[in-house]
Amino acid sequence: MTSEQVREPAIQVRGLEKSYQKLHVLRGVDLDVARGSIFALLGSNGAGKTTVVRILSTLLKPDAGTASVHGFPVITQPAKVRASISLTGQFSAVDEILTGRENLILVARLRHLREPGRVADELLARFSLTEAAGRRVSTYSGGMRRRLDIAMSLVGNPPVIFLDEPTTGLDPQGRIEVWQAVRELARQGTTVLLTTQYLDEAEQLADRIAILHGGRIIAEGTLAELKQLLPPATVEYVEKQPTLEDVFLAIVGTEGAEGAEGAEGAEGAEGAEGADQNTASPDRVTN
Amino acid sequence: MTTHFFGDTVVLLGRSLRHISRSPDTIITTAITPITMLLLFVYVFGGAIQTGSDNYVNYLLPGILLITVASGISYTAYRLFLDLKGGIFERFQSMPIARSCALWAHVLTSLVANLISLVVVVAVALVMGFRSGAGVLAWLAVAGIMMLFTLALTWLAVIPGLTATSVDGVSAFSYPLIFLPFISSAFVPTQSMPGPVRAFAEHQPVTSIVNTIRGLFAEQQVGGDVWIALAWCVGLLVLAYGVATTLHRRRIG
Repeated sequence: MTSEQVREPAIQVRGLEKSYQKLHVLRGVDLDVARGSIFALLGSNGAGKTTVVRILSTLLKPDAGTASVHGFPVITQPAKVRASISLTGQFSAVDEILTGRENLILVARLRHLREPGRVADELLARFSLTEAAGRRVSTYSGGMRRRLDIAMSLVGNPPVIFLDEPTTGLDPQGRIEVWQAVRELARQGTTVLLTTQYLDEAEQLADRIAILHGGRIIAEGTLAELKQLLPPATVEYVEKQPTLEDVFLAIVGTEGAEGAEGAEGAEGAEGAEGADQNTASPDRVTN
Repeated sequence: MTTHFFGDTVVLLGRSLRHISRSPDTIITTAITPITMLLLFVYVFGGAIQTGSDNYVNYLLPGILLITVASGISYTAYRLFLDLKGGIFERFQSMPIARSCALWAHVLTSLVANLISLVVVVAVALVMGFRSGAGVLAWLAVAGIMMLFTLALTWLAVIPGLTATSVDGVSAFSYPLIFLPFISSAFVPTQSMPGPVRAFAEHQPVTSIVNTIRGLFAEQQVGGDVWIALAWCVGLLVLAYGVATTLHRRRIG
């Protein structure tokens, strides 16, 4: 790796286009993701978020435009891109018949790590899966499966990680666990590109947010920058009712409750389809 | 990356072999159809079939072995389909490993699984009175032809595995393969068939393979049949491999 590659953004996308038959999904997408940052690609179902991720992870060729990941162009040097990334797809990419530990060891072996067993045990502990390590994944809950899925993506510490809708279908607790894991990643310097249809998820996690709509990035910036696109907030008093999620988390008593603030709409998280109408929390109005 | 090709394939092979060891029913169901046919034809129809040999089990076994493989390879299509349907195939394809490793692992798994099924079927045939004076070389030749046949059919099975849209569709392709031996010399001599059927039977791959294996078991000269059999197997292998890898490449972009 040259020093130039280090200074470049971790992900650089210019004029990306992709069509499926007559459906023009991407109509010229431009993106820059800084190293070590969490970047959220926000969009409703069918906006083309997954298409962007598939192109960046070398699973799909674009019709036009360029994209480079960790300094390597995805079209001409896909092998080098694959050595720098990890993909956690929309559908959990775990082996149901193997145990959680065997899944991690499998990935560690394929990444040619020296002590696959130790790597697996560390990740199991980090994602609170140690107790379930010896059980087949088919017995896992949705949240556990997703955690294992993300843990598998961290094997070998790839510098860039793609998370395609990491919390779709998770319960509130599962969401908070995944969020904590993502924050932990960024703290260690990993670049994370995540796609989501939950506005609050982008708000909670991302350093920068891009909104993908109609095949283009229609807005991009930090949360504060995006907020300036709207007229200045007026101060009004809104009684803050506890959300169902607040109640749920208070009753079941989870440690990660601080992550739940502003996580309205999570009760709809089970059905991914209906969840994109989620709006920002009422308490945000006073910000 | 190619330096790791074999190592990575072995790791993935270990994964699918673990699948088989955790659901040994796939081996049992593979062996059960051919064993049922063996029982049915030897003890029910066999008495009425004139083959010119005194031991019908000996006559029948080569065709039954081919049916074993034809039913066994549908599991390759099935396992590959499941990998594609979940996300694990995409995970492998986005990792720094040779992309064909994932296919080769399934193909080698099929070789191992079918070998086990074949051994089970031969063991049952031995109990039913199958006898052969064939030497080690002849047995190795039989094993070699069966492996080549399995390899060719497995690559054929990769095609529906990559293209099927439903679980039902993925295994349906193997039914014609299972019934192909019926219109061949596998169960009855082709001389007993009417003209056009006989012409088809004598010029389709199963007959030459069956005749070759039958000859090897009976310690006879196998002559031209062995070359026709090998040509069919290699031809099918090359064709199926070409189509399967093209589809695979197209699928992963």
